[in-house]
Amino acid sequence: MVDEAPRTEACRQAPPDSSDDHPLLPLVARGLHFGINGRTIIKDVSFWIGSSGRTVILGPNGAGKSVMLRLCHGLLNPTSGEIRWGDLSVAQAREQQAMAAQHPVLLRRTATGNLMHVLRVKGVPQEQRHDMVEAALHQAGLEGLGSRAARTLSGGQQQRLAIARACVLRPEVLLLDEPTANLDPAAVRGVEELVRAVAAAGTKILMTTHDIAQARRLATDVMFLNDGRLLEHAPAAEFFASPKDPAAARFLAGELLD
Amino acid sequence: MQGGWSRKRGRFLRMNEFSSAIVAALSMIVTLDEGLVEIVLLSLQVSLGAVTIASVIALPLGAVIALQSFPGRRGVVILLNALMGLPPVVVGLVVYLLLSRAGPLGPMGLLFTPAAMIIAQSIIVLPIIAALSRQTIADLHEEYDEHLRSLGCTPMQSVATLLWDGRFRLLTAIMAGFGRAIAEVGAVIIVGGNIQHATRVMTTTIALETSKGNLALALGLGLILVTLALGVNATALVISDAARRRYG
Repeated sequence: MVDEAPRTEACRQAPPDSSDDHPLLPLVARGLHFGINGRTIIKDVSFWIGSSGRTVILGPNGAGKSVMLRLCHGLLNPTSGEIRWGDLSVAQAREQQAMAAQHPVLLRRTATGNLMHVLRVKGVPQEQRHDMVEAALHQAGLEGLGSRAARTLSGGQQQRLAIARACVLRPEVLLLDEPTANLDPAAVRGVEELVRAVAAAGTKILMTTHDIAQARRLATDVMFLNDGRLLEHAPAAEFFASPKDPAAARFLAGELLD
Repeated sequence: MQGGWSRKRGRFLRMNEFSSAIVAALSMIVTLDEGLVEIVLLSLQVSLGAVTIASVIALPLGAVIALQSFPGRRGVVILLNALMGLPPVVVGLVVYLLLSRAGPLGPMGLLFTPAAMIIAQSIIVLPIIAALSRQTIADLHEEYDEHLRSLGCTPMQSVATLLWDGRFRLLTAIMAGFGRAIAEVGAVIIVGGNIQHATRVMTTTIALETSKGNLALALGLGLILVTLALGVNATALVISDAARRRYG
């Protein structure tokens, strides 16, 4: 069943031996389906991601992008099909991943308290915590805001804190679900710079967005998702220059997809 | 109304009686009248004891019902919420039957002691604290669940996170329980017996002294009771409001 699944562009995008030296790559999905309450949200998706760059899942609202991300992170289980991170199952791989959601779930504590919580949960020795928190606040441009209640920060600061919290233990993979959906342009720039910095430090980025301009700015490769189907997966330059899928071409041209 | 109040002289006397009772009540409070203090202290002892016992049971119970799915959970939640309206008199009656000489717990000899009053008030307060804390923890859990799972929290770590982040709202739940306990009269008068120097609390004393016509003591205790009840509620509001502004 799985082997018979029609392969999309995605599967042919890169040959298996080009995988970077990354413990969780390649990320391979075969024949993914996900349905809930009688609705099928992900329809027969297969892909192969070998590069440790910034993979952007692009598509209109309701395409199934967030569900795809959660399937990859193991917060949802596929109805059928399989996902592997390198040699690891999704559950095993999650220990080396972190996720920040569209509406960041910040604890009702200070910014420092939010970072400390992760370190405590993960069993980081007490004497190392302080320096790690300071470094994370610094990287996110939140110096001096450590004692502020997390939920009283501005939208951009909250999202940066959520990403800093996700990255405080230097995960191998960072999953971001529409990280800038509700932010103004200045805040978007701050978040994107942080994402670049995290990627530059060696963390694989897998993020969703419906914002074409953001995908252009950030993506090294693009997965175009529409109505639960993966229609195209290509290096960013190639995708934006000459999208092969007609729906992707229309989406890039600013048309509304049904 | 007509009869008692119709004659000018009678009304004057009664008004006079009333105002002198207030003066006497205030002077009892100011001078810390021994009898009054004894009653207030026993009231606090009984209600704080009841709230402590109820909290120890109700907070974990609320957390378990909020986080653990099991068959019939909806029914349990509905029952718990309904039990918040448990009539104290009925609780008093049931505890009385359990503790009375012929009852199953009769040999313990607890009837007409402060311990019996603590038991009765614990039963009244327990569903209030359990239902409110369940709601608090369930709401928080719905919001935090994905993050906690993404982090790979153990169940213990999840519960600790939820309890800590819900601490102010849980405190409010406990204070709501205390407000109910301290103002309750129906249960303690049945199982305590309103015995002088033994089981006489503010509410039962007010009931007794009013019927005896000793308005000064009743009014004095009434003033203290109102102040306590309003104070506890106001404090609960101030705490939760401050916490919301501080932590969002």
